[in-house]
Amino acid sequence: MKLCYWMYAGPAHIGTLRVASSFKNVHAIMHAPLGDDYFNVMRSMLERERDFTPVTASIVDRHVLARGSQEKVVDNITRKDKEDQPDLILLTPTCTSSILQEDLPNFVNRAAMETSADVLLADVNHYRVNELQAADRTFEQVVRFYVDKQQGTSIPKTVRPSVNILGMFTLGFHNQHDTRELRRLLNDVGIDVNMVIPEGCSVHALKNVPKAWVNIVPYREVGLMAAEYLQTVWDMPYTRTIPMGLVDIAAFIRELFDKLKAVQGAHRELAESALLSDAAVTTYIDQQTRFVSQSAWFSRSIDCQNLTGKKVVVFGDATHAAAMTKILAREMGVRVVCAGTYCKHEGNWFREQVVNYCDEILVTEDHTQVGDLIARVEPAAIFGTQMERHIGKRLDIPCGVISAPVHIQNFPLGFRPFLGYEGTNQIADLVYNSFTLGMEDHLLEIFGGHDTKEVISKSLSSLDGLVWSPDGLAELQKVPGFVRAKIKRNTEKFAKANGFSEITVDVMYAAKEAAGA
Amino acid sequence: MSTLSTEKLVFECETGNYHTFCPISCVAWLYQKIEDSFFLVIGTKTCGYFLQNALGVMIFAEPRYAMAELEEGDIAAQLNDYKELKRLCLQIKQDRNPSVIFWIGTCTTEIIKMDLEGIAPGLEKEIGIPIVVARANGLDYAFTQGEDTVLAAMVQRCPSSDTQPPRRVDKAQETFVENLFKWSRQLTKPTPTVSKQHPPLVLFGSLPGPVVTQLTRELQKQGIHVAGWLPAQRYSELPKLGKDVYVCGVNPYLSRTATTLIRRHKCTLISAPFPIGPDGTRAWVEKICKVFDITPIGLEEREASIWAGLEDYLELVRGKSVFFMGDNLLEISLARFLIRCGMIVYEVGIPYMDRRFQCEELALLEQTCRDMDVPMPRIVEKPDNYHQVQRIREFQPDLAITGMAHANPLEARGINTKWSVEFTFAQIHGFTNARDILELVTRPLRRNHSLRDLGWTYLVKNNEGVTSNLDNV
Repeated sequence: MKLCYWMYAGPAHIGTLRVASSFKNVHAIMHAPLGDDYFNVMRSMLERERDFTPVTASIVDRHVLARGSQEKVVDNITRKDKEDQPDLILLTPTCTSSILQEDLPNFVNRAAMETSADVLLADVNHYRVNELQAADRTFEQVVRFYVDKQQGTSIPKTVRPSVNILGMFTLGFHNQHDTRELRRLLNDVGIDVNMVIPEGCSVHALKNVPKAWVNIVPYREVGLMAAEYLQTVWDMPYTRTIPMGLVDIAAFIRELFDKLKAVQGAHRELAESALLSDAAVTTYIDQQTRFVSQSAWFSRSIDCQNLTGKKVVVFGDATHAAAMTKILAREMGVRVVCAGTYCKHEGNWFREQVVNYCDEILVTEDHTQVGDLIARVEPAAIFGTQMERHIGKRLDIPCGVISAPVHIQNFPLGFRPFLGYEGTNQIADLVYNSFTLGMEDHLLEIFGGHDTKEVISKSLSSLDGLVWSPDGLAELQKVPGFVRAKIKRNTEKFAKANGFSEITVDVMYAAKEAAGA
Repeated sequence: MSTLSTEKLVFECETGNYHTFCPISCVAWLYQKIEDSFFLVIGTKTCGYFLQNALGVMIFAEPRYAMAELEEGDIAAQLNDYKELKRLCLQIKQDRNPSVIFWIGTCTTEIIKMDLEGIAPGLEKEIGIPIVVARANGLDYAFTQGEDTVLAAMVQRCPSSDTQPPRRVDKAQETFVENLFKWSRQLTKPTPTVSKQHPPLVLFGSLPGPVVTQLTRELQKQGIHVAGWLPAQRYSELPKLGKDVYVCGVNPYLSRTATTLIRRHKCTLISAPFPIGPDGTRAWVEKICKVFDITPIGLEEREASIWAGLEDYLELVRGKSVFFMGDNLLEISLARFLIRCGMIVYEVGIPYMDRRFQCEELALLEQTCRDMDVPMPRIVEKPDNYHQVQRIREFQPDLAITGMAHANPLEARGINTKWSVEFTFAQIHGFTNARDILELVTRPLRRNHSLRDLGWTYLVKNNEGVTSNLDNV
């Protein structure tokens, strides 16, 4: 047992559901007790999703506990098949079904005989993998299921160079914006996007996956397993560089072109002239870096000079924490005292990525350890998750949010990519704004704040001989702070209007009842 | 409407495929209510993830609750539950020093049959802090019923009013004695309007401090003294219970607690409608008065004046229709209040319907329908959300009261929604807070009223056979 107040990555089934509900017309059925469908709330609220989340539960209750699910799971699958006519139904195990050890594969086989939809059992173990690992697995499982059906047939490559973008999905940190930005970047260099998977992708379209020349895996956490499979079985190369930050975007574009060229070399039918020349690629990178993105210029400007050697702590998922560490240290001259991630399974990769760019590396899932470290090193700014933002609040250190887990404010309506050239601008703003705010605070403290005169009364209404009785005052204290002043004002107004000189509990509630309180 | 009956209430039961919160969410309001408590939820990452996301910012405020996250070793019984729990509870004692630790059992502890009730007494003795065990799991209960399981477990710990207090651990004993002193001090305080003697009355149900004050004073005006509340602000202030004690519930989801009060302490249950809305509050006070043979004074005028004060909101809701999808068991009382406000209720979805505990409330609902001359709503226990959405499409109600999973998708299809969980967290009891209920109910109507002429009510691409319902209003 572990005493735990907060966790960075969610349980396995959340990862499975995120992948399932990102595909078009795929329905997930959870084998779970009442109340475990909280995923629907998150998707509906955080993503402000307009459609009903295609996730239902096959409820595990007392009866199931006593007699097993029996027909229930099969019935729920066939029922959903008729109601929504999905292409695929994904049966999703939860922590509960892990312990019950019911024969879910058998349910899937039986249901599949009656449904027009395909039926799959998500192959994830609650006690072994977390949300991100489960997402990676489920993603690979679905892709494999549909692409494997093509085994033995030869699928021609697209005439023009094209790529698949793997791992863009629902509730991902700024994934939608990143997708758009990547599309733009690829369009700029004359490369088509064959498919984006899984977001908005139909499972029946997955048969076209091998048509692309190369797969792009923009994030470390989700998509790698599918990319590995496609490389092993379908001989499709994939890029590993994360296109975040100017240096890595350039490296990403070069890696992509190298892989595309290799594909072109291996397939005689593909035209020689389809790809940009090396010189053109170099010119594109140079133009974008120096003049389209403002970030290179920003790091040269005197604004950024002031950031030199400032201490920061970076913490988040492996992708974003590694990329941010490199951007801060390499591109902005900021000193990263500690870089950390909660993706323990990516620990080695993470260390390898950031080892030259920070003083200390932290791989942990324990937020108190992160909090203690931040308190110890007292950085000028933090770049982390929502948890670090709150740690920062407590310690009075500004924080920029760079990674999930996130709140609704991290699903902005405006265009905010983290990847690509526009992403570098967004990151520069985020970094700079975090620091200036910190500096402003500091100066205010040194010079004793804005106000030079002590304010005598915060309340704008004068009391005019009104007295609060002790019980009235005590009751007022029970009112939550943020509405207390308003209630106090309204009550005093009411007391004055009705000629009460002493405000008791009764007067207080009479005021509330007298309409419009 | 073919499904509405004019004769009497129709009860139905569907498949139970509906969305609600897991009952462990009760820690959210109970840890705030019981100030010296600590809630330990013994479950998996799934439970933790739910709490973390559902409670949002509260997580960061160093809450007095935590997860005891079960790992594979716990499930496979390779680790000793007693030792593991002892280690965690000692740490909690050291860090937070609570007066009581609540263990919240979950689905997992049920399935692996972890004997929490068996472990607790031994550990309680060893660490010197009372441990109360409540099984608030999703296998058996929905959302607010979590509070019911916790309060029912607390009833077991209440001192008896007619015999010696049950044996307790040292620390609890001390606080209990302290409490006795407090108690007598309270009694000597002058209570202005108590005119007649009546047997002790204990109210049960967790309400925010101000609402407790309001309801207590409401009864005081009728000369009724509230001897105690379950739960009180502190665990050490548990009310005395016994044969002579009358108890009355303030929330419709407390049937287990009521049963435990009757069986364990032989209390007399006052069955009444719940004090939600001015009509409910009046009926509640009247019923208590009746039981104590007191003639209520000024109640009718008080109710009338409250209704008069609500007129601006009532104008908005009169004649409008409501559909309750059901997830928190407040539905019957809210539907009854809204019908009295002049609304038409198509369907009352509810997770669980205890017809005995809610009998007075149901009778008042029936009466209200007759008084207002509207058809009786059908009451759907264990609803099926999929079917309900079909019915909502058919009925096109003016307002659907629903969980967050369905709220945005329904809004995108032009249906006004109110998120039902807000009714659990807002102050809705007593005369004073009637306005707050209507504030919630009318908010979508008021908001959408200002947007109605903009022509973008229907905001999904694939037309599912539904045109904007607001166009033909």
